[in-house]
Amino acid sequence: MAIDSELLVVGGGLAGLTTAVTAAREGVDVRLVSYKQSTLRNASGLVDVLGYTPDGEGPLTDPFAAIPELPDDHPYRTVGVDGVRSAMDVFDEVTDYRGGHTDTNALLPTHGGTVKPTARYPPGAAAGVASDDRDVLLVGLQSMTDFDAPHVAAHLEAAGVPFDVSGVTIQFPGDLQADAKVTRYAKLLETDPATRDGFVERIEANRSGQQRIGLPAVLGDDDHDRVRTHLESELGAAVFEVPSGPPSLPGLRLEDALFSALDSAGGSFETGNPVVDYEGDDRIDHVLVEKSGTEVPYSADQYVLATGGLVGKGIDSDREGVYEPIFDCHVDHAEDRYEWFDGDVFGDHPFARYGVDTDDRLRVLDADGDPQFDNLRAAGGVLGGYDYAAEKSGSGVSIATGYHAATAATEEL
Amino acid sequence: MAATPHVLVIGGGSTGVGIARDLAMREFDVTLLEQGNLTHGTTGRMHGLLHSGGRYAVADQASATECIEENRVLRDIASHCVEMTGGLFVKRPEDDESYFQDKLSGCEECGIPAEVVSGREARQMEPHLATDIDKAITVPDGAVDPFRLVVANAASAQEHGARVETHSKVRDLLVEDGEVVGVEVEHDSGPGLRVHGVEGGREEIRADYVVNATGAWAGRIGDMAGVDIEVRPSKGVMTIMNVRQVDTVINRCRPKGDADIIVPHETTAILGTTDEEVADPEDYPEEQWEVDMMIDTLKELVPMLEEARTIRSFWGVRPLYEPPDVGSEDPTDITRDFFLLDHEERDGLPGMTSIVGGKFTTYRMMGEQIADHVCNQFGIDRACRTADVPLPGSEDFSVLRDYMDEFGLRSPIGRRSVERLGSRADEVLQTAGPNPTVCECEGVTRAEVQDAIAQSGSDLNAVRIRTRASMGNCQGGFCSHRLASELHGEYEEPIARRAWDELLQERWKGQRHALWGQQLSQAALNYALHATTQNRDHDPADGESLDFSAFDSGTDDRTTGAAGTDVAADGGHADGY
Repeated sequence: MAIDSELLVVGGGLAGLTTAVTAAREGVDVRLVSYKQSTLRNASGLVDVLGYTPDGEGPLTDPFAAIPELPDDHPYRTVGVDGVRSAMDVFDEVTDYRGGHTDTNALLPTHGGTVKPTARYPPGAAAGVASDDRDVLLVGLQSMTDFDAPHVAAHLEAAGVPFDVSGVTIQFPGDLQADAKVTRYAKLLETDPATRDGFVERIEANRSGQQRIGLPAVLGDDDHDRVRTHLESELGAAVFEVPSGPPSLPGLRLEDALFSALDSAGGSFETGNPVVDYEGDDRIDHVLVEKSGTEVPYSADQYVLATGGLVGKGIDSDREGVYEPIFDCHVDHAEDRYEWFDGDVFGDHPFARYGVDTDDRLRVLDADGDPQFDNLRAAGGVLGGYDYAAEKSGSGVSIATGYHAATAATEEL
Repeated sequence: MAATPHVLVIGGGSTGVGIARDLAMREFDVTLLEQGNLTHGTTGRMHGLLHSGGRYAVADQASATECIEENRVLRDIASHCVEMTGGLFVKRPEDDESYFQDKLSGCEECGIPAEVVSGREARQMEPHLATDIDKAITVPDGAVDPFRLVVANAASAQEHGARVETHSKVRDLLVEDGEVVGVEVEHDSGPGLRVHGVEGGREEIRADYVVNATGAWAGRIGDMAGVDIEVRPSKGVMTIMNVRQVDTVINRCRPKGDADIIVPHETTAILGTTDEEVADPEDYPEEQWEVDMMIDTLKELVPMLEEARTIRSFWGVRPLYEPPDVGSEDPTDITRDFFLLDHEERDGLPGMTSIVGGKFTTYRMMGEQIADHVCNQFGIDRACRTADVPLPGSEDFSVLRDYMDEFGLRSPIGRRSVERLGSRADEVLQTAGPNPTVCECEGVTRAEVQDAIAQSGSDLNAVRIRTRASMGNCQGGFCSHRLASELHGEYEEPIARRAWDELLQERWKGQRHALWGQQLSQAALNYALHATTQNRDHDPADGESLDFSAFDSGTDDRTTGAAGTDVAADGGHADGY
């Protein structure tokens, strides 16, 4: 007997979670299955909508105004500006993210020393916005190579930020190993008052009146708001985290927030088992989920594929070609694998745009341009037609297409 | 002529540094010039095999004999660069039995320890060998890190007073009264360590003798003085796997052919290679079929290669040479022997000798013969000591102590660091502050990176070849910005940014030949980290200035803390917890 639901979402990243949350909030019986850790652990936790056009124009002040000018096959054109706005409304309702007070992008400092345009940012990053003219002290930790505060400060200065910025490196109080994971710092700051006090003392000793203090993104895990507000009150300054690379606590916190929103909305989810196959012709009857060596059928009326792109392996490749591994959806790509990329590291890489194509209801299309199945939609990184890294559009496309896929699937029920 | 003759060596590959070290130890005044980084040419693009001589034991016994002799010398003087993996010549059912017997007797004739093992015994040594391998011959092949070896030779030359200039390209040979008397050189960023943004300049360096050790580039130097040196560059591809599928060098036991060797190298395995003549050592096609052939042919020996992850491919150019009267059609027939071309005898141009041909394994012996030749020019009789005096890093075996405790390093990282540094471990790892890992894939710590920066200026590719940082699975995805940060402090931010850009481009170049499956996924992740998270593709420091006031400046709670906490402006406490 198959495990049955109205909507089955395959994939637990930003797109899959948005799909499931949107549907669950509409009262749909939704189930989400995901396999490995989602790529949110790699993500900065900033939620970009559109920072640059596909031609590289930008940073854009208003991402929404630029959407109608995008190429026809861009996922944002499928969803439409109104759809993107509605999707961001849902995101704003289920998270505590900032930035929804305006259509205008914010510029946030990165651990690479640049600023980048983003539409939403977590409260922990809010005080870092680069259009705020208050002076900044960046504080790095001796044993943490991923965020070098003096280097980031010098780079931000070269980027022309409208405030004075300096950087200092301190030793973290306590006895952590040189290669301790970010979660160890977070845990100590959350649970150990002596560590917090020592931390504040060392920051204060290096501060000369700056009203904003930027730190690596290690300020607590489950209770991060309290850690940050505590530091703010002790220091009498605004405190912010500078998002960095994996493992990224802001990315993981966003994942937690969305899972908990899904839970509250009555959706169910299970993680750790891959979808390996399906049965069906014009419609998918059920998919097979591999659990401890056996294949368990999961059936639903509607399906949403949100397994991610090349990074998350929702799109995979071998020497012969690029493919979608579960439903063998059509992925348009050059035959010669030397045409999959550009010779320049930041060139116009075709691989970045590889993914499945859809109709205006996000149903996956086959090579002839017809829906592959009546009841399969796609959302997020598995979609083709956009280069999220160059455009800074990854999170926005995942949220917008997740929302749109959920809405379209719900209408079919 | 000065009391101490000044010898100029052109070329910072294994041959050039070997000559420079030898001459410096024989008390010559030595200057070494290299157009790029040390190992920039062929040396940095080899498979890392320390030959036992087994490969040449049938067709070229003179080379085979030299190889086994030098194999033993390098184990002694360069122990921290060498891993004695052992090697196997494996025979598949379709491979010729009589050639197998020739190989075995050839090894014996050349003094190469060799024994026959059954297919089953071979698989007990290397479980991933194909099940239909008939049998194999064991030989003392090894793996050698060419970067570490060359850097150690250059360091030794410097300890003996030599001047070593990298990123310094010879623009002209100075010829006066029909004799070579020096060079005109163009420094990329002034003499001394390379620093991005430092104004370069030309320098005339006069010398009593010039040695042209530029390998595949030797003809270009010859042209500057109107002498013909017809090197026949031959390219070969090497493909790097993400893990070591084998821990022993695996050779295919057949006469000659492409794709017949797998060398375990550090954390990776390197598949090689092809042999195809090219016209220009800097400009030749790097083709997909070559990479495909490596995998498709070598999977006959190790089937799991079919599905394994490759992290990049690179091509090297052998500086093959044969006397003009031989006329081999096929580059695989050209001897691997080396030739000393005295331009006085050969072309009536005194003051310069070129060395062409030869193999990495015998670099020291070549250096010795050239140095002998230079001694003869000056009537100097001093013995070669390079076979007896260990290189810096290999002086002292007492380093096999517990460095993990001593330097507070986690065990795998401590082990890797000490393997790379050898007897320099004490000096490099003994730091005051914490010593975190900068490159996780290769286990490279801050202290090692700082040591390399002190040797190589703001050049992160030079840091890379010294430490292996950014050479592992992620190909710099996670550590490129960290390496740039390690430069900052010693160097200004714009210099660090230029070096960072250069490293990103260099790492990308080699990955292009491995972009499918896992490595395409890795490349997509790296692209996301560098473009999405770091916005390095639209770095505002590189472009026009931004109008910050046109963007969101946050919400109104900025006068308090960002989260709206009520705080006293003097830093007084609100409610602690």
